[in-house]
Amino acid sequence: MSRMRVLLVDDEADFRALLLKRMTHRGVDAMAVGDGEAALAAVAEGHFDVVVLDVRMPGMDGIEVLRRLKRDHPDVEVVLLTGHASIEAARTGMDLGAFDYCIKPVSINDLLVTLQEAVARRRLAAGAE
Amino acid sequence: MQQPQYRSLRIRFLLVILGFSLLPLFVLGTVIRMEFSNAFTDKVMRAVADAASANRRAIDMFLDERIAQLATLARTHTLEELGTDESLARMFDVMQKSARAYIDLGVIDAAGRHVAYVGPYDLKGVNYKGEPWFDEAMLRGLHVSDVFLGHRNFPHFIIAVRVGQGSRAWLLRATIDSDIFTTLVRSVRPGKNSDAFLVNAAGLLQTPSQRGKLQEPGPLGAPLRFSDIRVQKTDLYGGRIVGTAWLSRAPWMLTILEDPQEALNPLLRATYLAWGFVLLGTAVIFAGAWCTVRSVVHRLEERDREKALLDASLLQSSKMAALGKLAAGVAHEVNNPLALIGEAAGWIDDLLADKDEQAVPDLAEIRESVRAIVRHVERARSVTHRMLGFARRMEPEHEVADLNTVVGTTLEFLRNEALYRNITLETRLDPALPSLRTDTAQLQQVLLNILENALDAVDHDGKVRIRTFADGDLCVEITDTGPGMSPETAERIFDPFFTTKAAGEGTGLGLSIAYGIMDKLGGSVKVASTGPDGTTFRVTLPNSGNGGG
Repeated sequence: MSRMRVLLVDDEADFRALLLKRMTHRGVDAMAVGDGEAALAAVAEGHFDVVVLDVRMPGMDGIEVLRRLKRDHPDVEVVLLTGHASIEAARTGMDLGAFDYCIKPVSINDLLVTLQEAVARRRLAAGAE
Repeated sequence: MQQPQYRSLRIRFLLVILGFSLLPLFVLGTVIRMEFSNAFTDKVMRAVADAASANRRAIDMFLDERIAQLATLARTHTLEELGTDESLARMFDVMQKSARAYIDLGVIDAAGRHVAYVGPYDLKGVNYKGEPWFDEAMLRGLHVSDVFLGHRNFPHFIIAVRVGQGSRAWLLRATIDSDIFTTLVRSVRPGKNSDAFLVNAAGLLQTPSQRGKLQEPGPLGAPLRFSDIRVQKTDLYGGRIVGTAWLSRAPWMLTILEDPQEALNPLLRATYLAWGFVLLGTAVIFAGAWCTVRSVVHRLEERDREKALLDASLLQSSKMAALGKLAAGVAHEVNNPLALIGEAAGWIDDLLADKDEQAVPDLAEIRESVRAIVRHVERARSVTHRMLGFARRMEPEHEVADLNTVVGTTLEFLRNEALYRNITLETRLDPALPSLRTDTAQLQQVLLNILENALDAVDHDGKVRIRTFADGDLCVEITDTGPGMSPETAERIFDPFFTTKAAGEGTGLGLSIAYGIMDKLGGSVKVASTGPDGTTFRVTLPNSGNGGG
């Protein structure tokens, strides 16, 4: 299994930076951006296996980013990360094709397990084609 | 206990009903009574007119007789024949034999001299020339005087008849006892309160009346002359009917006073009977109205109470919804910094993972502190996640479940804990309970939250009883042997964040989550009873039929 490429999207810079460091420390090929536009641009350029997407962000929110991602890059898996009570939004996200959602604060190990499952599904789907 | 607003409502209803039903009754009664009274008054007035007519005829006849007697006597004799006391006395005796009305008899010549006299007074020789009555008698041939009291103080009057013309004319004069009038007049009086008397042209009484002596002014003053019989209603003596008629032989007016009330006396029995019926009717109407109003107000009160309960439960629901939003907001605001703290601590832990004491002094202490941070972030996380659970609006699943099984599996979670704290879990499950459709996981959550509270209430060494039974709905009762709650606590026990536990031990969300879930499941949870011997919570679930399908 090759290293998975993960894109972190979160408007909170400190959180983004820390999560990026910890993932890199664990050998994950990760990159972090601070808003929806940057995320879409990054996905268009690089080949990411999975996107960790904060639901609530200023400007384009996570759900909108998800919708566009799934439209333009249906093969990229998305795991939603939500810090608040908008479980409705999380469910909408699931309906829009997100792989799963985690509620902050989430332990990094749990998050990595979820990401690995997402990547496994993606590779499975790619293999089936 | 009766609320004052319902009492006043009841009184208002009662008054309106009584007013509307009794008013026509009273109006009817009054109108009928008035009609009867008018008819009777007419009847009395006719009776008075008849009495006046008959009485006038009787008195006129009496006077006619006296006048005719005197005229006959005078015309059949000459002045010379009657001009002596002896012959006059003989005639007087003859007259007295037929009627004992005369007191004296006298003969007066044209010059006014009393030429002969028989009677108790010494009037012989008295000259009447110039007296008004003498002039009138000489001029018109007849004079009837007013009644007056004589020397012996009894009433009498005078009749004088003229015989002949010019200087040969003479008068026969007789004094007549007027008691006979009194008797005559009184004999026609119909009622006890009625009165009959004669008055002269000046209105002075000619016979004694009930209210006046002879010659005193009568109650009607000086009357006008008229020829017929008049009957009027007057204000006299509290509404008397007055009948008046002038005599044709004397200048006197016959007056009859009749009390219409007395004439109405025969009606009194009917009136009492009518009042009796009215009272009875009133009592029946009152009883009916009272019963109706009581039942109506009672129903109203019942409905108000139900509405108040509904309002209270709506209030509780809206409170829950509002607090749910608040909880979600707070959870969000706390979760983001928590995540950051957690990640930061995790990063430190990551960095220290391959270091030793040489590289980092106090490594063990730092690790310990970082783990404490992680542990407490975890604790805070569990709180915020519960809050999110509280705010979550999840559609309940509907699956067929057996309440006893749900209770049993829920108790399994707590067995060790109970054992450890020496608390007996006692179950009395009704084996005949029908199965139901509900969300097993959420129901389990409810029971778990209540049971945890029950264990906490007991603390150590006690008992928690769980009972299931069907009471139309399906019920679970959880009774602990704890110290009970104050009424204030019982009232707020389902409020979010309300807790009696020490800070950090309880979130105050368990029971409010249970409340919210039961609301969604269409059931309820409430404090059935609480006291120093313990508290009973009752969870009620709708009986969804036989649960088949």
